[in-house]
Amino acid sequence: MSAPERFLERLTLRRTDDPSWVAARRQAGAARFEAMGFPTRRDEAWKYTDVRRIAEGDFALASDADFDAARFEAQRLDIDAYRLVLVDGVFSEALSELEGLPDGVQVEPLSRALSVNHEAVGGALGRLAGVDFSPFTALNTAFADEGVVVRLAPGAVVDKPIYVLLLSRANGQAVMSHPRVLIEAGARSEATVIEHYSGEAEAANFTNVVTELLLDRGAIVDHYKLQEAALTDLHVASIHVDQSRDSRFNSYNLNLGGALVRTDLVTDLNGEGAEAAYNGLFFVQGRQHVDNHTLVNHNSPRTFSNENYKGVLDDRAHGVFNGKVFVKKDAQQIEAYQNNANLLLSDRAEIDTKPELVIYADDVKCSHGATTGQLDEDAVYALRSRGIDEPMARALLTLAFVGEVMDKVRLNVIAERVERAVAGRLPERFNLADLVETAEAIQEA
Amino acid sequence: MLEVKDLHVTVEDKAILNGLNLTINAGEVHAIMGPNGAGKSTLSAVIAGKDGYEVTQGTILFEGQDIFEMEIEERARAGLLLGFQYPIEIPGVKNIYLLKAALNAQRAARGEGEIPAPEFMKLVREKSAEMKMDPSFLQRAVNEGFSGGEKKRNEILQMLVLQPKLAMLDEIDSGLDIDAMKVVASGVNSLRSADRAILLVTHYQRLLNHIEPDRVHVLVDGRIVKSGDKELALELEARGYDWVLEESAA
Ligand SMILES: Nc1ncnc2c1ncn2[C@@H]1O[C@H](COP(=O)(O)OP(=O)(O)OP(=O)(O)O)[C@@H](O)[C@H]1O
Ligand SMILES: [Mg+2]
Repeated sequence: MSAPERFLERLTLRRTDDPSWVAARRQAGAARFEAMGFPTRRDEAWKYTDVRRIAEGDFALASDADFDAARFEAQRLDIDAYRLVLVDGVFSEALSELEGLPDGVQVEPLSRALSVNHEAVGGALGRLAGVDFSPFTALNTAFADEGVVVRLAPGAVVDKPIYVLLLSRANGQAVMSHPRVLIEAGARSEATVIEHYSGEAEAANFTNVVTELLLDRGAIVDHYKLQEAALTDLHVASIHVDQSRDSRFNSYNLNLGGALVRTDLVTDLNGEGAEAAYNGLFFVQGRQHVDNHTLVNHNSPRTFSNENYKGVLDDRAHGVFNGKVFVKKDAQQIEAYQNNANLLLSDRAEIDTKPELVIYADDVKCSHGATTGQLDEDAVYALRSRGIDEPMARALLTLAFVGEVMDKVRLNVIAERVERAVAGRLPERFNLADLVETAEAIQEA
Repeated sequence: MLEVKDLHVTVEDKAILNGLNLTINAGEVHAIMGPNGAGKSTLSAVIAGKDGYEVTQGTILFEGQDIFEMEIEERARAGLLLGFQYPIEIPGVKNIYLLKAALNAQRAARGEGEIPAPEFMKLVREKSAEMKMDPSFLQRAVNEGFSGGEKKRNEILQMLVLQPKLAMLDEIDSGLDIDAMKVVASGVNSLRSADRAILLVTHYQRLLNHIEPDRVHVLVDGRIVKSGDKELALELEARGYDWVLEESAA
């Protein structure tokens, strides 16, 4: 049996009461996945990322959403938010908290959205993430029966973040999940959505998520992806964004966890005045592998994009950054900036970076660059001159390097969490976590 | 406290210090003056432990210890601190992180535990108030986007928190307005005590009106050619360096 066949075999375990269009889509996804198979390194888009660990794995499907309560409290973001929790892809009513949503704001698990009023979802679901995008999107389409649907009526402003927490358990039998997130933001609506991946330390599951965001005129969406999965977890994600006129999309793609992580982020700027900001951070160590593929399509004149990705790589970790900016023919008055900076903390860490501009218009302000380097030795010296030993000086400068992206993060809870995680990952005696706490305390005083 | 004997230093085979002698005792404030390029910054940098200098001859003892045996961070922890003529910006490293890491490093070297957070917070807030620096500076990256005067005040803030035994201040007065000069001077004066010492490098008598030196030295061509009390600074201000040069040539 081929690897795709082995994966698809699990489909038969799924419910069969899908609406007919969902069933048809599932079949299309399965067929496409079977035809494409798992990507190999011969595929240009997967040149640096070997997915054999996924293809050769044996992943069941979870059937319950039980999760240790104490552990849940420890893992979740301490944030006042509308919360929806999936455990290994299964919705947990018990851990979710969706009461008090304002008028015009719908947040519910995909299964419920489909069973209550599937027609309402039908138009949007899969519009951006077609089965041809990648084998993983096709695979997700075949399986996805759970996830999140967020719909904002025109003018709706969500008072609190919408917090989607996706937990992965250390199961005896590894599982896979294919969550589907759909966010439809009506004209001039505003929301902050967090996708937070976390779980038990020994979890070794495969998460294959697809997120679609449709921003109508003037909508503003902040989208956080905080990926703190176990260092043994496998994680593939694609995020697809369609932006109408004057809409604004801010992406924060923060990757700390996972053994093998691949994220595709694609935005189509389809209306004048649309603006996208991509803020990215990855901090990998051990033998972690993190691959970020980003694409901005400037399809309309007068659209703007600004991308800043930073990577910190230690030990034998491997990072990939592939960022492409595409300006369509005659899409004039474009501004597109892209930067990728990487910090290598060890000789054996590796980064493959490829910033790419493809421009078919002439009135365009663009810049792009990639730098990979070590820490600024003058700064190391300046810190040492104050009595700080060299490893500590380097740790402080690493935290600073990360800080440039974290300063853009508007949710303090997330900025602090990431700073702390970075500080905590540096050798213990640096004790930067304690420093971060002090800085926070002073700020509050 | 500090004993510099027959110090010869070259940079890229160029002789910069040529047999310099200087002794500073605890409790004293010394000022070093002298023409541009004489070697004043070089002297303080060599004492602090900046690399890139070759010491071809001579010794420097700090509290009886040969400092050439100590790394730059060891010297700092032992209480030898240099306030830079041109403090560099360290993007992203918060002032507060630098201060706490430096203070804890010093305490660890003395065998003391880390400073408790509340005590540290109280200390830095007090000291920044003394330097008339808004607490928001503590959250900002070291010197990043600071004005010239703010950078200098920040150097002194570090001194106030770290309480060096020997504070060396290289042209701490350059770029300061009149009020800032007073703030900086009072910060430096608060470091004065019977068991500490201060070495000032300056071009101007003005600073010495605020921080009264016990000894004034004239450094020319890599050597101290004349030393005196605070009156010497006044004389230099009035007459320039030519007469000293002539005198020492004679
Ligand atoms: N890294 C270096 N490379 C080459 N020459 C150097 C270096 N550092 C210092 N020098 C030279 O050594 C001499 C002394 O420099 P130093 O900075 O010590 O002078 P200074 O007395 O502090 O002068 P100023 O009053 O202008 O600050 C100068 O001629 C300078 O150009
Ligand atoms: Mg100088």
